[in-house]
Amino acid sequence: MRVHAQRAGALLGGLSFPALSLADWTVNMTPGVTGTSNDIFDLHMTIFWICVAIGVVVFGIMFWSIFAHRKSQGAKPANFHENTLVEVLWTTIPLVILVIMAIPATTTLIDMYDTTESDIDIKVTGYQWKWQYEYINEDFGYFSNLSTPSDQIRNRQAKGENYLLEVDNPMVIPVGKKVRFLLTANDVIHSWWVPDFGVKKDAIPGFINEAWTRVDEPGTYRGQCTELCGKDHGFMPVVVKAVPEEEYNSWVAEQRAAAEKERELTQKDWTMEELMERGEQAYATACAACHQADGSGAPPAFPALKGSAIAVGDITDHIDIVVNGKPGTAMQAFGGQLNEADLAAIITYERNAWGNNVGDMVTPKEIFDYKNEQ
Amino acid sequence: MSAVADTHAQDHHHGPASGISRWLLTTNHKDIGSMYLMFSFAMFLLGGTMAMVIRAELFQPGLQIVQPEFFNQMTTMHGLIMVFGAVMPAFVGLANWMVPLMIGAPDMALPRMNNWSFWLLPCAFLILVSTLFMEGGAPNFGWTFYAPLSTTYGPPSTTFFIFAIHIMGVSSIMGAINVIATILNMRAPGMTLMKMPMFVWTWLITAFLLIAVMPVLAGVVTMMLMDINFGTSFFNAAGGGDPVLFQHVFWFFGHPEVYIMILPAFGAISHIIPAFSRKRLFGYASMVYAVGAIALLSFLVWAHHMFTVGVPVAGQLFFMYATLLIAVPTGVKVFNWVATMFRGSLTFEAPMLFAVAFVILFTIGGFSGLMLAIAPADFQYHDTYFVVAHFHYVLVPGAIFGIFASAYFWLPKWTGHMYDETLAKTHFWLSFVGMNLAFFPMHFLGLAGMPRRIPDYALQFADFNMVSSIGAFMFGSTQLLFLLIVVKCVRGGEKAAAKAWEGAEGLEWTVPSPAPYHTFSTPPEVK
Ligand code: HEC
Ligand code: HEM
Ligand SMILES: [Cu+2]
Ligand SMILES: [Cu+2]
Repeated sequence: MRVHAQRAGALLGGLSFPALSLADWTVNMTPGVTGTSNDIFDLHMTIFWICVAIGVVVFGIMFWSIFAHRKSQGAKPANFHENTLVEVLWTTIPLVILVIMAIPATTTLIDMYDTTESDIDIKVTGYQWKWQYEYINEDFGYFSNLSTPSDQIRNRQAKGENYLLEVDNPMVIPVGKKVRFLLTANDVIHSWWVPDFGVKKDAIPGFINEAWTRVDEPGTYRGQCTELCGKDHGFMPVVVKAVPEEEYNSWVAEQRAAAEKERELTQKDWTMEELMERGEQAYATACAACHQADGSGAPPAFPALKGSAIAVGDITDHIDIVVNGKPGTAMQAFGGQLNEADLAAIITYERNAWGNNVGDMVTPKEIFDYKNEQ
Repeated sequence: MSAVADTHAQDHHHGPASGISRWLLTTNHKDIGSMYLMFSFAMFLLGGTMAMVIRAELFQPGLQIVQPEFFNQMTTMHGLIMVFGAVMPAFVGLANWMVPLMIGAPDMALPRMNNWSFWLLPCAFLILVSTLFMEGGAPNFGWTFYAPLSTTYGPPSTTFFIFAIHIMGVSSIMGAINVIATILNMRAPGMTLMKMPMFVWTWLITAFLLIAVMPVLAGVVTMMLMDINFGTSFFNAAGGGDPVLFQHVFWFFGHPEVYIMILPAFGAISHIIPAFSRKRLFGYASMVYAVGAIALLSFLVWAHHMFTVGVPVAGQLFFMYATLLIAVPTGVKVFNWVATMFRGSLTFEAPMLFAVAFVILFTIGGFSGLMLAIAPADFQYHDTYFVVAHFHYVLVPGAIFGIFASAYFWLPKWTGHMYDETLAKTHFWLSFVGMNLAFFPMHFLGLAGMPRRIPDYALQFADFNMVSSIGAFMFGSTQLLFLLIVVKCVRGGEKAAAKAWEGAEGLEWTVPSPAPYHTFSTPPEVK
């Protein structure tokens, strides 16, 4: 009965206020699923209770004074001040408490910094506004983009359960293994955070930071970028799937095969229709965030591609800006981010969509040669 | 008859000039103090309006009112305007009004520079606010303006932002020099350093902090200027620079900066609590030493803002210990205020209400600060709403309530009238409830994992965000009441005595209310 009532309530709430039915009133940190996150949780609770204890004493005395020593109650002011014993005590007692607190904090910190003897290394690169995960010993890597549809963000569609915390390709790790993350960034500083692991580390262009985790429970864990990185900083979630080891191994095998296939795509002969079709999809994930799905951009920050001088002009200039980017602007070098098939498809798409009817095309092989010439 | 004529003639010679030139050309510390305070309140309303935009967008998940680009401009401008436009000028205004009155000096030591340091501020903020209307928009990289987001990837208006920061820095440094020169040279005979009022002490130390760190801020924005416009690579890794260097330099300024925003409030509260407890400050000497210790330690803790940046573990431990250490003198201050109230004879007029709320809520902000100091735990808290809750608990009830407490405390001295106590108490209670409703739930949001500086959020954060926004609207709209109270108090009201409060002590209460245009032309004797 109660369950039904709850469901009915949720349904009602959901109809009148779509956001509220899924919301909750969590007030505390959760312990998470790793040794580190549990250690952090314990530290958090210890220092919290220390604060509560100090607060009870200090506020207790204060409220007592407010209550009992009011002029309206006829209180006459006492005339005491400066008492060396009291002053020494209220300096040393907090000091001792803090030293006691510092000891477990130090141990945990040293443990968090111990990135040696890892089983798996994953390179995490922050981009505006997506993550790239490269399994450096396995020869493959991919991008992880927000998969929440823009219609949900713009309130044209009901929001899903994992609104803003879902991606197209999550990171996959095996349970029970020490995974080391090597973090860096391609443009601005980002920060990679999975609360349940107790791992948060900045991804800084030109530097490599290290962090590690060992997850014992299979599951899907969600986090977000936590360093302001521009317009879509709120829209680059982190999703990690921890799976049993056999599942992980077969996933790796699949990925390696897929990576091999991608490489073969470059050799294949492509028709204009195939390129346009692939281009539309690839454009939506890689370029639409700035240049918009209809090519209108968001001038002056992000130029329109519809009718732009480069998109309808000489094709070499077009290939150049997409492959090499434009240093010093948000237009990144996509040569290293996308495979040749996608690059060729996107460029062809841009030249022939939204009324840019140039009519020419570029093949993945030509992109491959162009990159090699450089 | 002739005596009357005489005073009249004197008034004429020494009274304020009339019209706009009174304000443009004045070198009178009271006029300049009032201008600083009015400017600061205007900026508080402007920065507050931007906070309302932020909270309105965050009222519900999804993008409703503003786009992410504009949202980022709002958070950035809100932070910059509140820090540099509302809090710092308010304290300079209080210093201008009260330091000469408290030490028995006729004016500030460098009155012309005083005029200039004020008038630079409206110029700086005109430039800063005008960036909102520029192509590409206002600065959008947070008030901490981390490179390379603010350099390579910054909007074209960044150069104007840098110029505005430079002007504000010049203004602050001149203000600080003036305070130091006044305090060290113009004290009444007999007022030794250890007899100075607490507000004077805290401002002296604040002024030294300002002189130490404002040039560092100027340095870091100059390096940005070079990176953006002259092809250097201080913060650009591709050119051999280091984005982390930016953060070290910024926070070397930034951490002392947060104490710049709180120490003068410590000083003012140390007058208000004894006055309304009708009892001496418990430990004057230990209060002075505590402020000194806080100021010195504030130079050694900057990297606690950078625990997730990848500082080596030894450095990490050093900054964690140093940060924990700074809690000790801060505790001493709180214990002293409570010991002053203990067995006093308390009344709760508006200044005392704000002062008591200051102690309670600032202490809560101090507690979350202590939690943030635990480096491993900070990995979870950092850059979440827990931090937003923390710094608003120290800035709103700390700096802002400290300023309101001071304003109510000294308004009778400034205007010669008592303010409307009922309205002031209403202002207090609405602010108190609104503030807690707005900022307490942010702790929960942060602990549940909501990052800061995001225009939209996952659904589990919806409830508390709505509560927080309601509190924010309540707090924001209440501040208009303060304007009303002050205008009413300037216009009229019950006549204030020279010593407007029964328990108040100090030289400022020996001159009539309102304080005449010129005071202490002959120095008083302090025994
Ligand atoms: C992070 C934002 C961003 C993304 C994502 C992005 N661009 Fe750009 N793009 C820019 C900016 C900014 C410029 C303008 C650079 C300049 O100042 O000339 C630009 C310029 C261009 C131009 C030249 C337009 C002209 O007429 O000057 C082309 C072509 C282009 N981008 C293609 C792409 C393609 C293809 C993709 C996807 C693979 C893409 N961009 C993704 C930001 C972006
Ligand atoms: C009127 C009441 C206020 C409200 C409702 C408010 C609200 C907010 C909110 C919601 C944010 C977080 C924005 C984000 O991370 O997305 C913020 C940031 C900030 N606020 Fe306030 N605030 C108020 C008053 C103040 C005051 C008085 C100060 C300073 C004295 C201040 C200083 C700051 C700073 C420095 C930031 C950080 C900006 C940044 O992230 O770069 N705020 N404020
Ligand atoms: Cu980000
Ligand atoms: Cu700090």
